[in-house]
Amino acid sequence: MSVAVVSPWIIGSGLLQVGLFLLGAPLLVGLMRTVRCRMEGRVGPPIRQPWRELRKLLLKSRSQPEHSTLVFAIAPVVLMATTLVVVWLTPLLSVRVTLSGGSDLFAIVFLLLLGSVSLSLAALDTGTAFGGMGSSRLMTIVALAEPALLVAILALAATVHSSSLATIMLAALHHPIWLVTPQRLLSFSAFVVVVLAESGRLPVDNPATHLELTMIHEALILEYSGPDLALIKLAESIRLTFLLALLANLFFPWGVSFSASGISLLIGTFVLLAKVAVLGVVISAGEVAVAKLRLFRVPELLAGAFMLSILAVLSALVIA
Amino acid sequence: MRSDSLSAALLALTSGLVLLGAAVALWRRTARGIVQALRVQGFALAGTAVILGVQLHVALLLVTGALLIVVKAFFIPFLLRRLVRLDPTGGESDPVVNVPASLVAAVLLTLAAFVATRPLVQVIHGVPITLAPFGFATVLIGFFVLVARRRAVSQMVGLLLIDNGIGLVALLLTTGVPLLVELGGTLDVLLVVVVLRVLATRMHAELGDLDLDALRELHD
Repeated sequence: MSVAVVSPWIIGSGLLQVGLFLLGAPLLVGLMRTVRCRMEGRVGPPIRQPWRELRKLLLKSRSQPEHSTLVFAIAPVVLMATTLVVVWLTPLLSVRVTLSGGSDLFAIVFLLLLGSVSLSLAALDTGTAFGGMGSSRLMTIVALAEPALLVAILALAATVHSSSLATIMLAALHHPIWLVTPQRLLSFSAFVVVVLAESGRLPVDNPATHLELTMIHEALILEYSGPDLALIKLAESIRLTFLLALLANLFFPWGVSFSASGISLLIGTFVLLAKVAVLGVVISAGEVAVAKLRLFRVPELLAGAFMLSILAVLSALVIA
Repeated sequence: MRSDSLSAALLALTSGLVLLGAAVALWRRTARGIVQALRVQGFALAGTAVILGVQLHVALLLVTGALLIVVKAFFIPFLLRRLVRLDPTGGESDPVVNVPASLVAAVLLTLAAFVATRPLVQVIHGVPITLAPFGFATVLIGFFVLVARRRAVSQMVGLLLIDNGIGLVALLLTTGVPLLVELGGTLDVLLVVVVLRVLATRMHAELGDLDLDALRELHD
């Protein structure tokens, strides 16, 4: 399903996607916080609170730790840039994308990984104890989560003989029967675990604490402040939103626009917003009931995800 | 034709769920979680019987499905939950084979089951037969649970995994064993669970624990 002709509509839908994620991602984080607060019997901040925090951070001046190098300075930009490229390339609103073949799932996974790697290099660059601890933890988790994610994608790709997200979605839309195969069920289970691990949610990491024994993502960005921190926070909320959107589109692809026309794009936008919001609410409601896993149990969780994704590939082979 | 492919897809889904239940039973550590996985498996097995019954217009399979729901999705998990409540902290805290290693073993066992059933699947054609590997894999994972876990609840779950796997293979291969056989098999398992439960309750009363390793020594 490669689209070679670059029409204004296609560029427009890509831009719309990026703009939507830039504006909407902090709101999703706010929505998830609010849901969690309400379920715990607290009032909680308004949904636009993350935006207020970002504005506050953006108004402060930059600061950089002594003896830190360029690695520290460019990491937030690399993280943001890779995240935006991923959002631009992925067919989330419409099956048509700007670059032909750009929606390859393996490319998407590796671009996301590039952002994580740059952030953990920056944490090492500061030379603090927490930075090193956080980056070693993040790399441990990522090294276990990535294979599970790649194999889960392989299970989906094996059915349609292509690792392009657009092709997988189109095939699922053309053959509704394929939505309920065992390999999709198994790879969906693996995908959910990996998405939780990658976006640093419970039970892998608690985004709300700065407890030195448990924090992972927060330990990495401890030295950042001001606009750099704002950039990282924004990029991480976009990543979370993107992963949820990817989950929604891979496994529940209804409502995605086929053509690059205004109406279908509008419908695609609203459907995507609704799907992501529902997933966010479900995840934060689930988080109320779970405790954070001990760090030593996290590999067990991710090994389970890996097993499920391998079982998904095996079932794809058996049923094919 | 369309309803045929739909029921084939649903059949594949329920068979996959049976395997998923076995995998999750190996993955989770808490006794409660393991029993929950078993309950999902019970529902999936009953679903398989009902879908086959609707597809082939066999009313007896619907009866089998109802029987499976009552026994495997409700009654046996209920009995096991009572046992879990006796020993609320007792999960698989220290299994013989640790969890990541047993997950790898489960993958290898599944692979072995899929390879071993290839000739069978190739000889007989038809959608239900192609799904039989899921049942075989469940049986093997059940055996593994029996070997590698030492809690009384896990041992019973291992036994039930084997039974569910055999049940799935039987359903898919024969498209419905006679009701009398199914009734006998299910009630037999139910009886075994009841007896084991009584034994486990006695064990808990004597030793204050459900760890089978505590049974090594003879007592007066």
